[in-house]
Amino acid sequence: MSSVRRPPSMIGDALAQVGACGLFLLQVLAAVPKSLRHFRETVRQIWFTGAMSLVIIMTCGLFVGMVLGLQLYYVLSIFGGTAALGTVVSLSLYRELGPVVTALLFAGRAGTSITAEIGLMRATDQLAAMEMMAVDPLAYVAAPRFLAGIVAMPLLACVFNALGIFGAHLVGVSWLGLDNGTFWSNMTSSVDVWKDVVNGVWKSVAFGAVVSLIAVYQGYTTPPTSEGVAYATTRTVVFSSIVVLALDFVMTAFLM
Amino acid sequence: MTQQRRSYQIGTGLFILLGFAALAYLATQTTSVANFHQGDSYVLKARFTNIGQLKLRAPVKMAGVRIGSVESIALDPAKLDAIVRISIDKHYAEIPDDSAAAIFTSGLLGDQYVGVQPGGSPDMFKDGGEFVLTQSSMQLEDLIGKFLVNGSPQKPANGSAAPEDKAAEEKPPATNPPASEPRH
Repeated sequence: MSSVRRPPSMIGDALAQVGACGLFLLQVLAAVPKSLRHFRETVRQIWFTGAMSLVIIMTCGLFVGMVLGLQLYYVLSIFGGTAALGTVVSLSLYRELGPVVTALLFAGRAGTSITAEIGLMRATDQLAAMEMMAVDPLAYVAAPRFLAGIVAMPLLACVFNALGIFGAHLVGVSWLGLDNGTFWSNMTSSVDVWKDVVNGVWKSVAFGAVVSLIAVYQGYTTPPTSEGVAYATTRTVVFSSIVVLALDFVMTAFLM
Repeated sequence: MTQQRRSYQIGTGLFILLGFAALAYLATQTTSVANFHQGDSYVLKARFTNIGQLKLRAPVKMAGVRIGSVESIALDPAKLDAIVRISIDKHYAEIPDDSAAAIFTSGLLGDQYVGVQPGGSPDMFKDGGEFVLTQSSMQLEDLIGKFLVNGSPQKPANGSAAPEDKAAEEKPPATNPPASEPRH
């Protein structure tokens, strides 16, 4: 390790991180069948990462929808096209904002606590103790959190989208006086189930996998010190934000 | 302890239900599926020489009220015009058979829809009937083109370019817009 360390510097380190994270993904996937025996643990993690994030997701969804309603109403009124408000808001929520903002919030709300929890388990040797008791920590700690992220994220994104539409309706129809029928009929005539709604769900499934993988990996490999846990938590947020936004670009290019 | 475990399990179940309910709501109420409630309907045909950007499932309106939707659009290989099949809700069975169908645009940026103007005939359309009077989609490009061509002679102070020169060149819009833009 130390002999390899000096020449490759930062790029080498980054590559090593990516490679280690990929190998870790394979290990977690291999542990998934075994983790289904601890299915209660997965349910508990869905509760913790998903259901407990509902409040922040709903609040943010509502505000994002209301802001979109205001901003797009202003822009569309320049072109005399305010009738298209429902269409524009719903398309931008389903295709982009819903999955991406939910993923960023999820990284901040659930990803950090996953990293801190596993990191503290590592620092206090609980993971080593599990191995000692012949309980595979990959199956009992890592895999349930990974699965929970994949399950919880698309559901959270759907709730976010629904609240966003509600917020835009609140601003556009109740406040700015757009016609209710126009709002909905324009939306329903141009939003497609498969191309818009379902593609957004696929995106959020991918983001859920990426964010929870990064969170679990960072916690699992943290240096066993309090400083190490702090850095690992920071890295979870930074890396998952970057990866989510980059992956969003790639997926948009493919799913268009 | 078991009490606590049960409560989070129920909570997780509720969360998953809520998520799927939100997905079902988004998928059925805010997308084109919502327009697909296919109640009893009957089909009318209309021929247009140009349908513009008319899309499948575009609304069909009479007096601004939605009465049906566009079911299919096809090109008639013999007459080389577009045949638009329109399905109309059974509630609106009383449409005079000399009514006219026209393609309109809702707003400047809106989608195109088929507007039906009622006629005065005592006979009503039957299933499979065809509109005799139709008006094709208004092509904004054509309108602007005509407007610019008509408008160009009014502005002679354009260097030395003579009118016939312009007509041959077919590019008067490039020089004209500042004079012929009433919107600003």
